[in-house]
Amino acid sequence: MLALAPFAAVLFTLIASAPLIAAAGAPVLRAYAGLFAGAFGGVLAITETLTRATPLMLTGLAAAVAFRAHFYNIGAEGQLYLGAIAAVLVGGMHGGTGFALPSLVLFPAMLLAGALAGALLLLGPALLKTRFGVDEVVTTLLTNFLALLLVSLLLDGPMKDPLSMGWPQSVALNPDLELTKLVDRYRLHTGFLLALALAALVWFIDARTALGFEMHAVGANARAARFAGMPVGWITVKTALLSGALAGLAGVFEVAGRTSYVTLDMSPGYGYSGIVIAMLAQLNPLGVVVAAIFVAGVLVGADGMSRALAVPNYIADVIVALSLLSMLVATMFARYRIRWRG
Amino acid sequence: MGGEILDTILSVPFWVAVLRIATPLILGTLGVLLCERAGVLNLGIEGIMVAGAFSGWLAVFHGASLWTGVLVAAVVGALFGLLHAFLTVWLALSQHVSGLGVTLFATSLSYFSYRVAFPKVTTPPVIHPFQPPPWLSGIPVLGEQTALTLLALAAVPTLMYVLYRTPTGLAIRMVGESPHAVEGQGLSVHGLRTGAIVAGSALMGVAGAFLTLSAFDAFFFTMINGRGWICVALVVFASWRPGKALLGALLFAAFDALQLRLQQSSGGVLPYQVYLMLPYALSILALVVMARRAAYPQALMKPYRKGER
Repeated sequence: MLALAPFAAVLFTLIASAPLIAAAGAPVLRAYAGLFAGAFGGVLAITETLTRATPLMLTGLAAAVAFRAHFYNIGAEGQLYLGAIAAVLVGGMHGGTGFALPSLVLFPAMLLAGALAGALLLLGPALLKTRFGVDEVVTTLLTNFLALLLVSLLLDGPMKDPLSMGWPQSVALNPDLELTKLVDRYRLHTGFLLALALAALVWFIDARTALGFEMHAVGANARAARFAGMPVGWITVKTALLSGALAGLAGVFEVAGRTSYVTLDMSPGYGYSGIVIAMLAQLNPLGVVVAAIFVAGVLVGADGMSRALAVPNYIADVIVALSLLSMLVATMFARYRIRWRG
Repeated sequence: MGGEILDTILSVPFWVAVLRIATPLILGTLGVLLCERAGVLNLGIEGIMVAGAFSGWLAVFHGASLWTGVLVAAVVGALFGLLHAFLTVWLALSQHVSGLGVTLFATSLSYFSYRVAFPKVTTPPVIHPFQPPPWLSGIPVLGEQTALTLLALAAVPTLMYVLYRTPTGLAIRMVGESPHAVEGQGLSVHGLRTGAIVAGSALMGVAGAFLTLSAFDAFFFTMINGRGWICVALVVFASWRPGKALLGALLFAAFDALQLRLQQSSGGVLPYQVYLMLPYALSILALVVMARRAAYPQALMKPYRKGER
């Protein structure tokens, strides 16, 4: 029953969103057909959807590992931006050339810097929680704004692209560090494969390692875990570092795979969508892959559909939000069994 | 520099700005406080403020009176509160995730509806917002505020009275501390919590409407910009007390007004982003300072299921 919950939730969402599409003056079935075609009809649509799914998989994984340990990291958006700016800090064309190091050194350094930037941003709220008992939800939400302002500051100052003509944009990433395209003439890049590998790695950590077990234990009952001798605070910090690193890598992959620059609008809320994805996947790292492709499909498909049928593409955000809410209800009911008493 | 700050703080326009900035924070903080006193975290506030700002403004744009707009915002806020109550109280789902879901839903629905209503506008359409009522003119700082600010200021003693001086208030505080005791009294835990969330969310809706009906005259995307989250932080700062919530909101607004002034007067000394970071950094600092002393409502974030210990 639990495995059916996501499908029931999506079905309910599509029914519940229908009146909104009708209110925008579009035929509902044609709109959904257009949405599906925009997301999966043809090579361009599919590659675009998978390109969009790449950062979403990583923010989804970031939310999934953190939520597993009941550490509510809502700051993936900020961690993504810091990861992106750290990638350009290491691998950018500063002064026209950037660091004079072989890309064999620079590429791993760039990944590490991005992961570290995301992890460090989340380390603050994690320590505040374990040391002072400050609720991490509000602090991580607030760090999103701090991170975005910090990036904005850097784009105005030291990281500014001298050729951008006043547009807030960072220096370009060294072209040698860009992720190669998977399909000729389309935007899909190897970051997608790396994200898949990371999903497998996170699944392994979650299901097959001591850390994964500790995360489950702390999430299920922190008091019992402490009683069993587990260092709950330290486990929370480790979870946070992993979660922040994943969100930071989402930013690295966006810069290295898609944008080549850091801009202030490079993420249309990927950090927040990651939470929806993690919930749709019931916090299962492999489920995150599927859920991320679904959400990416909705976002990409709605763009195409909205151009054709004049339905505002904010319908995608409504569908994503509604699927989160209906998923919550569906998982709750899936835990009960209806029995007929004769 | 020090003298300049002092001059600013002692000037009347400064305090006019402080009250204006504080108004949505007061209303929002009281809304969160009411929900949390009943034992339910409401992270829906950010989205409910967006929905209140949009729906109130839309009603006025279509010819309703300003007060009808406020009422519409309150009702829309209450409806989203009802959704949050259904998910967190009746279905006992995670209050964190449900609240975020309500925020995402309310925000996206507002943006979608705005685009449906105004498909091709480039400059946002405007309304005639609240003006300072004539019977207030002449009073120094208050004379330049609108009726909604007075409403927010009046809401503080009202909520204090309700929470501390009425049986309903006692029951609401009790349901946030010990729902079993409430059940033992023959009162409905679910009913009380639902009522508190709905009323609190209505306040959040009005908090949003203040921005479109009084502070500005149009609806912009991202106009709430984290104000809801700051209210959640302010409630912790206020130790769940309405009086301290007012103090916290005013203090916060004073810092915000000060950073705006410093940003203008000391232009170029520091990048403007540093000033914009201050409110968020300050909120985190307030949380840290208060967290040790925080007397959380004992049942906060604990869903109540009948018959369960």
